[in-house]
Amino acid sequence: MISFLLDGTEHRLEQLDPNTTVLDYLRENLGLTGTKEGCASGDCGACTVVVTYPQGDALSYLAINACITLLATLDGCQLLTVESLARDGQLHRVQQAMVDCHASQCGFCTPGFVMSMFAYRKSNRHFNAHAIETALGGNLCRCTGYRPIVDAAVKMYEPDASDSFSKGTLATLRALEGLRAEPSTPSCAADGRNFLAPSSASALADALAANPGARLIAGGTDLALEITQQLKQFSTLISTARAPELQKVEQSADTLSIGAAVTYEDCAEILCTHWPDLDELLRRLGAQQIRNRGTLGGNIGNASPIGDFPPVLIALDARVELQSKTGRRQVAMADFFTGYRQTALGAGEFIRTIHIPLPHSDDWFQVYKVSKRLEDDISAVCGAFRLRYRAGTVEDVGIAYGGMAAVPQRATQTEAALRGRPLSQAAITDAMNALDRDFTPIEDFRASADYRQRVARNLLQRLLLVHQQGDGRQLRVSQYRAGSPHA
Amino acid sequence: MRKLPDTRPAHSLISGRAGSATRHESAHKHVSGDALYVDDIPEPAGMLYGYVGLSSIAHATLKQMNLDAVRTAPGVMDVVTAKDLPALTDIGPVFPGDHLLAEGKVNFHGQVLFAVAATSQDAARRAARLADVKYEAQQADLTLESALAQEHFVRPTHTQRRGDADTAIATAPNRLSGHFKIGGQEQMYLEGQIALSIPGEDGSMLVHSSTQHPAETQKLVAEVLGLPMSLVTVTVRRMGGAFGGKETNANQWACLSALLARRTGRPVKLRLARADDMTTTGKRHPFHSDYEVGFDDEGRILGLNLKLSGNCGHSPDLSDAIVDRAMFHADNCYFLPAARIIGNRVKTHTASNTAFRGFGGPQGMLAIEQIIENIAQATGQDALDIRQRNFYGPDGRNVTHYGQTIEQHIIAPLVARLTKTSEYRQRREAVRAFNSENAILKRGLALTPVKFGISFTVQHLNQAGALLHVYTDGSIQLNHGGTEMGQGLYTKVAQVVASEFGVDLSSITCTATRTDKVPNTSPTAASSGSDLNGMAARDAARKIRQRLTEFAAEKFAVPAESIQFANDHVSLGAQRITFAELVQQAYLGRISLSATGYYRTPKIHYDRANASGRPFFYYAYGAACSEVLIDTLTGENRVLRVDICQDVGQSLNPVLDIGQIEGGFIQGMGWLTTEELVWNEQGRLLTNNPASYKIPTIGDTPPVFNVELMPDSPNTEATIFHSKAVGEPPLMLGISVWAALRDAVASIGEHRTAPLLDAPATPERILAACDQVRAARGERQ
Repeated sequence: MISFLLDGTEHRLEQLDPNTTVLDYLRENLGLTGTKEGCASGDCGACTVVVTYPQGDALSYLAINACITLLATLDGCQLLTVESLARDGQLHRVQQAMVDCHASQCGFCTPGFVMSMFAYRKSNRHFNAHAIETALGGNLCRCTGYRPIVDAAVKMYEPDASDSFSKGTLATLRALEGLRAEPSTPSCAADGRNFLAPSSASALADALAANPGARLIAGGTDLALEITQQLKQFSTLISTARAPELQKVEQSADTLSIGAAVTYEDCAEILCTHWPDLDELLRRLGAQQIRNRGTLGGNIGNASPIGDFPPVLIALDARVELQSKTGRRQVAMADFFTGYRQTALGAGEFIRTIHIPLPHSDDWFQVYKVSKRLEDDISAVCGAFRLRYRAGTVEDVGIAYGGMAAVPQRATQTEAALRGRPLSQAAITDAMNALDRDFTPIEDFRASADYRQRVARNLLQRLLLVHQQGDGRQLRVSQYRAGSPHA
Repeated sequence: MRKLPDTRPAHSLISGRAGSATRHESAHKHVSGDALYVDDIPEPAGMLYGYVGLSSIAHATLKQMNLDAVRTAPGVMDVVTAKDLPALTDIGPVFPGDHLLAEGKVNFHGQVLFAVAATSQDAARRAARLADVKYEAQQADLTLESALAQEHFVRPTHTQRRGDADTAIATAPNRLSGHFKIGGQEQMYLEGQIALSIPGEDGSMLVHSSTQHPAETQKLVAEVLGLPMSLVTVTVRRMGGAFGGKETNANQWACLSALLARRTGRPVKLRLARADDMTTTGKRHPFHSDYEVGFDDEGRILGLNLKLSGNCGHSPDLSDAIVDRAMFHADNCYFLPAARIIGNRVKTHTASNTAFRGFGGPQGMLAIEQIIENIAQATGQDALDIRQRNFYGPDGRNVTHYGQTIEQHIIAPLVARLTKTSEYRQRREAVRAFNSENAILKRGLALTPVKFGISFTVQHLNQAGALLHVYTDGSIQLNHGGTEMGQGLYTKVAQVVASEFGVDLSSITCTATRTDKVPNTSPTAASSGSDLNGMAARDAARKIRQRLTEFAAEKFAVPAESIQFANDHVSLGAQRITFAELVQQAYLGRISLSATGYYRTPKIHYDRANASGRPFFYYAYGAACSEVLIDTLTGENRVLRVDICQDVGQSLNPVLDIGQIEGGFIQGMGWLTTEELVWNEQGRLLTNNPASYKIPTIGDTPPVFNVELMPDSPNTEATIFHSKAVGEPPLMLGISVWAALRDAVASIGEHRTAPLLDAPATPERILAACDQVRAARGERQ
């Protein structure tokens, strides 16, 4: 049984094809057509809806893409759509702000914007220009040029009073508690296709062993594309979301351990505490809707050559803890990817935890994402650099690139060119030349091989410049934007 | 009706007159999800879902198409191929070449081979992938270069000439020549292509289509089904964006859904998934510009030879008019004493490129702006000075290369105003100072003008109709031939009618555009929507107002001239009654309260054989000043500030106009920066979804974005309330971003080397241009 709330109404489904997306369910089964399909691939935001779930005595509001969220994964949540907001014939203040600011033209993207803004408004007490751009970066509008939408985002904060959702929090919490108190683990099936959500790591291992053909699903932001674009129908999907071991974030004296099913949104803060330069990368990784669903384990597990986080983890000397019915083992992140879309994961094995060594006081970490568009774009090149700089020399170094090979890959010869030397132009020039030996970049519609090689080299040059200048932020165009100190 | 209804209450202070900042008529429905698009219409009983099978090869003979697996797939009710077509098979809108379903040949990757109807969208899509097609591949022309070299054209080359350009260039003190590439652009309407056809009595068909041209959709559906047009009705309440991509490209889906509906006797909805939509439909034409220009030492153009070659794709579609419009805008705001503009319509084995906001104008304009930029570097002067020096002016500098006299000289004062309000000169110094202090990041600044000709260059399209009903409670129903795609046309035209009757805008209901209400309409395109339909609606309103006036003058014995319609009331000498009361009196007095309206644009004419005339009723002007920042190590960039001044005449609705300006600017910016179309060597579009094709996001909106409407600038032509068109012109303001990026690159070489920066200026192209300028600087040193 899968159960969730739509507004205040319980929906309980046993006969559910696990391949059913939230969008199709809303539009086709319920006739709720306010939520639009723009791309069915999580790239335009027209289908944005909001899920809420209990966090302490409050509700968390998360914007997600209905088109690539499988309905079965909403078990135990409340789902809100654009139809949920107006009450008693009165538009919600987010909606009214959009009207007042002339922020819709053709109107097709508008419900998605409204829902992203609503989630932001419910999660943030104050307007922040930079943050709102981060929150709305996954919603495309082809008509307005966005300026009036930003105005509406300011205006939705007037008046700063509670709305009907604040007043209904308690009732929603109670209803969700009721759903979650039910003993059975969520599952559903239709036409012989199953969805399982084991409630512990060992149960997950058992389920994988029992269903050798099954696919693991975490946020599903990548996997669902196989359903909506390639028209695949998975016969068994096993969710990682209900195993508490995979949801944990723990810190020891020297290691940060992040469960494989922790979303980007949920680990961003602690990651940025230790490695402040990750802040920009995490804002630019996918869009808010994706970061709300996508997990660290998923990004690693699908072994995409252009995932943004693997280069970071390789540079940081992270280790991946894998589990199966036969036990657990650890693999160095740098050894995890064995080929294009291939990993060290054996049969019946899943990623349980990512262990990242905490930085020393002499460590310096930089990461650069270079893409055609700043927000919600896949990197042409992503370079991650960890340097331990002691007594004027590079004592230890970890460098990895994404977009430069069939897999995210460590730049071992580049590292060697820097290790044990002062960070000088001579060392960097040697490193740049070594980089040419480390990589033969890929060529695709995002960038040519030449460009990738040129940029990858230039990122080393930038590293030197930033090292010489101290604060490197003014050296990045991405910092020159609304609400930023350099704009 | 036995008893008359209660009349509508009169407003003490009415709102929504022409010129007022009235919100979009559907705004409250957009935000609540209540606005219905075609896919949201409650599905009629028994409805089937159509889908199409696409070719997987660019150029081939179709040897065999085995559709058995498609036919027997679960849920499939019908499959149709070219040989099943009952009547018309080629739906080319102007010239033949667009096969509804491929007939024996495939001319581009993604061409529609067959259509299927099934019991669900999913079943239809799945079935459409099961075809077993045998092709005999043929040599495919996939690039503009190779097709141009072989002179493969979809239509004959056309030339516009003024004076002797060759001699003017040969005798000029300075000469430059070059080659410049301009990329295409995907419309990326958020609502994809869709149509829903419902069969009716006598073989009739009602088609809900997301189309900018309901009359053409109606005509083609009728011809494909072999019906008189009178049996086909096409209706469109709103589109979720169109931008030209639904001017002709909506027809195929309407025709196929109607065909499947006719064959199965059931309603059929056909909606394309995004990747298929982007693969099979046309885009903005990529262009190449080859030029030779002669100029004096101050940068004044003396002679220009310009060859504009548009990649039309496999068929003509609208390309003749699109390449013509590129040629018409190859002067932008600049006087060309001697010029030869050649327009090639190049044929490649790609999807047939089509209308997109600007319709060729942007490409022609970018071509001349690139030449101006090169002249700036060649003469060592600020590009703005070169631009101003070349502006059209009175006295011998006021006739275009196609013989139209420039009557309103707006661009010089407009640019002077923007130069001041944007603080261009001071910021030029600030940019220089920044660049001298920063080795890696460089700023760039540019102020570029726009002059855009308003009218369809195909003369007969410059006409429009409206239908207006006044009901006995005083409420008014308005219908016209224009379609609503987000631009606010319904709002503007309703404002016109509200003004004519002196009633509140809330009295007026705009109904869906339907071919059974207003027939034989033109596409909502060429920025003409409010110019044409506003005038037609005013004509209808004036007819009814005239009847009411004559009736009231007689009934109340007051002179007709003294009767005033204002504030929901009618003043009749000493008396004042509500509009609704007068309407009821008129009804009882047996006065017709319904009227059609009609308009055709005056003054325009063009002799294409001699490439001379007055194709445009008037010009809309604007200018933008953009400041950018580039990273010379990676080519990454940001737009930091944009100032715009746009001439909209006397605005019908300033907030809607500003929306068009801002949105158009950002769309133009996207065209020239991040929006890159990439095909593989087999002619398959690789950037076929928003994951790979990047339109601007909210973070790309400049942090400082000032937009001003040119004050006190009513249209001197008798347009609707002396307003000006605003749909397309602002798109070309985005050229300022491209020019500013180029300026930032040029700063690396102290503006002495002309950067080679083709469009779109992606980070990769910017980095390459930086390297090119750095290399030239190295050689100098």
